[in-house]
Amino acid sequence: MSCTEIMEWVNTKEYQELNFKREALVINPPKACQPLGAIFCAAGFEGTLPFVHGSQGCAAYFRNNLSRHFREPFSAVSTSMTEDAAVFGGMNNLIEGLQNSYSIYKPKVIAISTSCMAEVIGDDLNSFILKARELNVIPKDIPIPFAHTPSFVGSHINGYDNMLKAILLNLTDGKKGSKNNKINIIPGFDPYVANIREIKRMLNLMGVEYTVLSDNSDVLDSPQNGNFEMYPGGTKLEDTADSINGIATIGLQKFSTMQTIKFIQESFGHEGLSIYPPIGIKATDGFLMKIKKLTGRTIPEELEIERGRAVDAATDAHQYIHGKRFAVFGDPDEVFGIVNFLLEMGGEPVHILTATGTKQFGEEMKVLLGSSPYGKLANLYTGKDLWHLRSLLMTEPVDMLIGDSHGKWAARDAGIPLLRIGYPIFDRVNLHRYPTIGYQGVINLITWIANTFIDEVDRKSDDAHFELLR
Amino acid sequence: MSVAIAKTQEIIDDILKVYPEKTRKKRALHIKPNDTSGGCPVKSNMKSIPGVMTARGCAYAGSKGVVWGPVKDMVHLSHGPVGCGHYSWATRRNLASGKPGVDNFVPFHFTSDFQERDIVYGGDKRLETILREIKTLFPLAKGITIQSECPIGLIGDDIEAVAKKMTKEMGIPIVPVRCEGFRGVSQSLGHHIANDSIRDHVLGKKKLEEKTPYDVALIGDYNIGGDAWAVKELLEEIGYRVVSIWSGDGTLDGLSVTPDVKLNIIHCYRSMNYICRHMEEKYGIPWMEVNFFGPSKIKASLRKLAERFDDSIKEKTEEVIKRHESEMQKVIDKYRSRLEGKKIMLYVGGLRPRHTIGAFEDLGMEIIGAGYEFGHSDDYTRTYPMLKEGVVLFDDVTHYEFEELVKKLKPDLVASGIKEKYVFQKMGLPFRQMHSWDYSGPYHGWKGFSIFARDMDMAINSPTWGLINPPWKE
Ligand code: SF4
Ligand code: SF4
Repeated sequence: MSCTEIMEWVNTKEYQELNFKREALVINPPKACQPLGAIFCAAGFEGTLPFVHGSQGCAAYFRNNLSRHFREPFSAVSTSMTEDAAVFGGMNNLIEGLQNSYSIYKPKVIAISTSCMAEVIGDDLNSFILKARELNVIPKDIPIPFAHTPSFVGSHINGYDNMLKAILLNLTDGKKGSKNNKINIIPGFDPYVANIREIKRMLNLMGVEYTVLSDNSDVLDSPQNGNFEMYPGGTKLEDTADSINGIATIGLQKFSTMQTIKFIQESFGHEGLSIYPPIGIKATDGFLMKIKKLTGRTIPEELEIERGRAVDAATDAHQYIHGKRFAVFGDPDEVFGIVNFLLEMGGEPVHILTATGTKQFGEEMKVLLGSSPYGKLANLYTGKDLWHLRSLLMTEPVDMLIGDSHGKWAARDAGIPLLRIGYPIFDRVNLHRYPTIGYQGVINLITWIANTFIDEVDRKSDDAHFELLR
Repeated sequence: MSVAIAKTQEIIDDILKVYPEKTRKKRALHIKPNDTSGGCPVKSNMKSIPGVMTARGCAYAGSKGVVWGPVKDMVHLSHGPVGCGHYSWATRRNLASGKPGVDNFVPFHFTSDFQERDIVYGGDKRLETILREIKTLFPLAKGITIQSECPIGLIGDDIEAVAKKMTKEMGIPIVPVRCEGFRGVSQSLGHHIANDSIRDHVLGKKKLEEKTPYDVALIGDYNIGGDAWAVKELLEEIGYRVVSIWSGDGTLDGLSVTPDVKLNIIHCYRSMNYICRHMEEKYGIPWMEVNFFGPSKIKASLRKLAERFDDSIKEKTEEVIKRHESEMQKVIDKYRSRLEGKKIMLYVGGLRPRHTIGAFEDLGMEIIGAGYEFGHSDDYTRTYPMLKEGVVLFDDVTHYEFEELVKKLKPDLVASGIKEKYVFQKMGLPFRQMHSWDYSGPYHGWKGFSIFARDMDMAINSPTWGLINPPWKE
């Protein structure tokens, strides 16, 4: 076949069938690996140094990746394991790494995760840390939570989960005391700093006391004031320790918080639950009602007015979204949230794709889609990649693709716009500074989606159809 | 010891005090004042110290990311777990022509996405299936490379055997590359391993059909933001025929026919000197280091090149230089007054800390510090004479050292990578990424210089720097 023939062939149903027959090859999967999620989580705690035990290339990649998305510094060290560590194990690297990083960067906590090398050779973090303490190379009392985060299991969302569990396990140990009045909030692997701020703002309006566990909103969005600070914020260690005495813990994502929530249920002695992210009107309503139930606070008028404004934005703009066909990909939680939002706008998800995703996710998505007449067309693909998605877009076209920047080739080939939601976003600025959750998030999502469609109409119109009113 | 050297040494000693004794001793070997007599060389290409926050990557990054990744008509499989390939997916800006997914695979992430079972039972069987699936879905892929990630070398998979078997079965070259990240001390060994794998599996397998006396290969230009295209244009204007580019916008055939050229022109010495030396030894092809950043270096390089060719090339070279002179002067006239005397600190991979000096100098700027992430002693030897005595040189600098050096030496612009960018920008310092050209470019060739000058001016003279202090604080 010639080049032009193949160009046609890759767009056909026949090609799609071959493509979906793949058993082993993975092409453009929208997922990263565990330790990336782990260091993202660790950075959300006061004075905490993310520390990756393994070969150094991984840590360099994670830092690049996070810096590109947030356009912020991202500090993390590695133990730079090389060939000799492959033979003798990484204990010396870990001990030396702890000593060096402590003397240079003076962290309050060192949070260790692992990259593949350490996992494959089976390094025993716990005993290495004990050894380091025995040798007195670091202060006796510095907390060193550690999580095994093998990249051949799960993805970045599991790394987040494992690290958070490790940090809570470590910092809350022995801290059980009298109850405080706070609710614990776990954002999950959420690449929008503005989402954490939005949650806090809503809780403040309700007068709820809270602790956000892994609050990296100030760390990954620090002000330009002429100073570089290595630890510009994060959840206070005291508050973290005291989270065990809170009244409840709520995870705003299900799949990046599973182990952590389970741990909390078992050892905090209070209610631990997780919900899908509050994306869309109904999901935000649900979140607020849940908080109301857990804390006994009322939902203030201010939030009701805000809700009204968001609903107003939805009714004003429904005509641009209703009946439009969408493809959505990304992490399960975020995809669930976006699909939920589209359905309430009358948008029709057609292809829904995740690289990970459990059976539970599949079942719950089915229920969601079944609950709306706009969910009828949808097919869910879990464990698939963006090359599968490309085939779907070519054989069953949609009007818009929603997902991270990596979707840009598939969208271009399909001749449709990519609305950038998720992680990573490397080719647009500032999106992470706008919330996607809560009522404000609804307004943002509607604005982005509707205006993108309108831009397309303007761009594609001939002179006769180029109009002022849209 | 000169005064300049003593002064810099004092600063260095002060910075190193924070380290534990063993680390201090080790790091002291890597940060030195420039001694133009070459008396006190910087130690390089040694293991990074655990826990210090190095910017270095790994051998996989050097092979898949740098050398092999830009070869566009081959599929480069990231063999192992999903992460390494994810992070190096289309992040290096190697532009390539052709239709992605049809005859150009550069912006792709092919992975075997290892799961626990692969770690336990090995991945060789699945690798075979993967290779067949690539062939089925991408019939125009001219070959496949297997880029090993850390676990491969640890679990004892025999990718060489699989590659051999499958090359036979599939009739296209399958190249096993042992670039596991734990090998060596940085990206550098990955470059070397990748060079060797091209040598063993690709080089000389095809012949150049028609030869001319002006056939050259451009080695070590990765076409970041279109760099190699700018250089190709420049060379072809003179009358050279660029038969092959290693490896920006590169092709399998282009690599294989290279032993038929008259001269190898090498830009990134660090990442590809190995293959040049090999071609010199085995095929008697001479090679020459050139520098296409900024008019002074471009002119010198072109004249040096012309020496190897006939009079027609020599004449053409002078003609072309003359043709571009006024355009280059215009760039200098426009920007030099805005940039004159500005002080620069450079920290890049293995080439640019020395190769961009001329371009900065063409614009009147001065280098007050330079370092390599993964240079070797031959890189430093080439650098000493280009810099003033006492200028600080730093090898595999740690995040802490770099920050302190910048605080003490107060450059007007830091030119380095993405990990450094926002650290220094937060300090209120102009910054340009010098691996990715900060999403701009090309910076090579005549064309590149005007973009380079514009970008440096934009960074240093942006009015946004003046917004940092609130008026009520002044
Ligand atoms: S997959 Fe493993 S080796 Fe690759 S970047 Fe992730 S942790 Fe590192
Ligand atoms: S220019 Fe620098 S970063 Fe690029 S390949 Fe050469 S050494 Fe590496």
